[in-house]
Amino acid sequence: MSEVKGLIHNRFDDGLIVTSADQLINWGRKNSIWFMTFGLACCAIEMMATGGSRYDLDRFGIMPRGTPRQSDLMIVAGTVTHKMASRIKRLYEQMAEPKYVISMGSCANNGGPYWRQGYHVVKGVDEVVPVDIYVPGCPPRPEALMYGMLKLQERIQEDRVLRRRGFTVGSLRGAHKDGAADQQVEKAAR
Amino acid sequence: MATTPEPVVNEWDREDLDTDEMVLNMGPQHPATHGVLRLELRTDGEVVKAARPHIGYLHRCFEKHAENVDYPGVLPYADRMDYCAAMGNTLGFALAVEKLHNIQVSPYVATLRIVMAELQRIASHAVAVGTYTMDIGAFTPFLHLLRDREKILDLFEWTCGARLLYNYNWIGGLSHDVPQGFVRATRDLLREFDSVTFPELLDLIIHNRIFVKRLASVGVCAKELAISHDLTGPNLRGSGVARDLRKDEPYLGYETYDFDVCTGAGQYGPLGSCFDRNWVRVVEMRESSKILHQALDRLEKMERTPVQEKCPKRVKPPKGEAYVRSEAPRGQLGYYVVSDGNINPYRVKVKSPCFTAMSVFHHLARGMMIADIIALIGSLDIVLGEIDR
Amino acid sequence: MEAKAVHEKLLSRFGEKIAGEGLLAASPFTVVAKEAIAEVALFCKSDPELAFDNLMCLSGVDYPKESPPRMEVVYHLYSYVHLQTFALKVLLPREDPALPTVEGVWGVANWHERECFDLLGIVFLGHSDLRRILLPDDWEGHPLRRDWQDPEFYDGLRVKPTPQMAERALAGEAIGVGPFDFTPPNRSTQ
Repeated sequence: MSEVKGLIHNRFDDGLIVTSADQLINWGRKNSIWFMTFGLACCAIEMMATGGSRYDLDRFGIMPRGTPRQSDLMIVAGTVTHKMASRIKRLYEQMAEPKYVISMGSCANNGGPYWRQGYHVVKGVDEVVPVDIYVPGCPPRPEALMYGMLKLQERIQEDRVLRRRGFTVGSLRGAHKDGAADQQVEKAAR
Repeated sequence: MATTPEPVVNEWDREDLDTDEMVLNMGPQHPATHGVLRLELRTDGEVVKAARPHIGYLHRCFEKHAENVDYPGVLPYADRMDYCAAMGNTLGFALAVEKLHNIQVSPYVATLRIVMAELQRIASHAVAVGTYTMDIGAFTPFLHLLRDREKILDLFEWTCGARLLYNYNWIGGLSHDVPQGFVRATRDLLREFDSVTFPELLDLIIHNRIFVKRLASVGVCAKELAISHDLTGPNLRGSGVARDLRKDEPYLGYETYDFDVCTGAGQYGPLGSCFDRNWVRVVEMRESSKILHQALDRLEKMERTPVQEKCPKRVKPPKGEAYVRSEAPRGQLGYYVVSDGNINPYRVKVKSPCFTAMSVFHHLARGMMIADIIALIGSLDIVLGEIDR
Repeated sequence: MEAKAVHEKLLSRFGEKIAGEGLLAASPFTVVAKEAIAEVALFCKSDPELAFDNLMCLSGVDYPKESPPRMEVVYHLYSYVHLQTFALKVLLPREDPALPTVEGVWGVANWHERECFDLLGIVFLGHSDLRRILLPDDWEGHPLRRDWQDPEFYDGLRVKPTPQMAERALAGEAIGVGPFDFTPPNRSTQ
């Protein structure tokens, strides 16, 4: 995420009050993710079905919006082509911080079934915009997309809004297979 | 110094005010364009003077891929063209290669193909009508129809494991046989469809005054324009031309089934309006249900043959070419397959019904309001994956 | 009318402008000289016995290895009056393929010919709006030709799949297949 120089953004050391404030802010943000419907191809139909009656996304507070100005999340659902790539970049830049990108489906992950002879297919949307979550599948089941959204919620919960960035504390400790990486980062921050 | 105050002239009072035309871009990302379609509208205020569609934002090089994989390998790519109605795409390609290869499938396989194709037709028209009403402004029918479509997708998932893109119709057969209890489950679904969903659809949407007033005189396509621009399927039948490939050039034994060809009747406005095209789609769902009842009756009495017994070990049709078309939910889907005797096809050209439907767009869009443009796009029922291939 | 009768009628009307036939194919066709295609098309549509008022499909095919090397444009016609199909073919040289347009006869030919020009480079003389339809306007080359080579980049994005992926696939390795480690990172037992 970009380095916005605000008055309180990423200013404070860890402490009881700022950590609790961070948790409250992140809880609010993660439970009302509004996504921009960026359905390009077949995955768009599964995204619609995920938002539909059976696999309801609204119960998580997730709502589709048509415009990037009002959305936190861009779900790139479908194949990215060269003709479309510059438009995706422009729409990503129109979103306001904090913004996230889910790459849904194997076409958006790495070009998918069209990787070999697809002269017009971009081999993965991460060549154009930075991606937070990759959801594999062709197309991913609605449950798979929901799992991706829940993972994004976990990631948002760990975000550091008021607290300074630089070292890993809290529930992400021990998440890596080798805890050595954590200790090194902690050492560097001190 | 002036002795009398100057008269006040308001900008809007001037007689010589010219209204400049404005170019409005309905960009590739738009909630109502059914995919990545860009429309360049030249408008004079709210009235559209000219509309230019730009496609190609989803061009995924299907024809290039088809030249580099073997015949069964083309089927997953074919699925992904019209992703709302995937059974029809693989059926068309399988029919074309079977004609080149001279394969006759067994009656059991043919009946199963018809069952899957008609179930897919109901599901595809449900998506079409549901998203169309959502574009017009009514959100509820979308949720109702998607709920019913989920039940059909359950059946597909039970049979072949996939919800949206099945790779089901193989060359010479099918990928999976239907499981035990499939016929009973389908009958339950149809019973509910006939008694609850379809009457609800008519009540909620078709006989709805708002819907009728919004659509009945919009986007009227005359019969000659429709034929000249190769509108097919519900778009053509909405203009009054009673042509259906399942009756004219029957395949898979469609001639032995009893069903009607639905055409637009112009009951609320001129013939060929957006309402008529939508009406045809709704009534076709009922006809599909009729065909399904007959097909299920036959399935119960028929002898079950293995579904892959006619599939060749290696699909290598003799040198030749064929153009075979089938009635997909969106119109006539045509495959021109050229074979030179190898395991890869030499050329596969797809004539997609939505491509030709889009070519008539700029004729119909002249003189409409911008809000009616949305109604027009939805009534043509386009899927960009098929237009761009 | 049978295919042979249609061919006889065209032959009697146009004489030496008919350059061949393929009446035994699965979709029977007549080969027309490229200068005469517009008048043959108009005759096919307006003659009451033929009445081919619908152009089902217009395809371009590239045959570089035939002798002589050629490109073909195939017109599949249908008559809503007599419910019959027929096909016309035009053979073109591979360097500088050009033939008159039929968009005055069937309105749908406008878009079909644009696509043929876009992907194969066949020029339709007299077309009102011959520009690319599927590929971006500044794309170079015609991809469906048999001698097409993917460029390295288009507009800063990679077109050819990464050399590592392509080499590994050619060597027979199954790319994108397991074994995968499905343990989610925040549930490791370490």
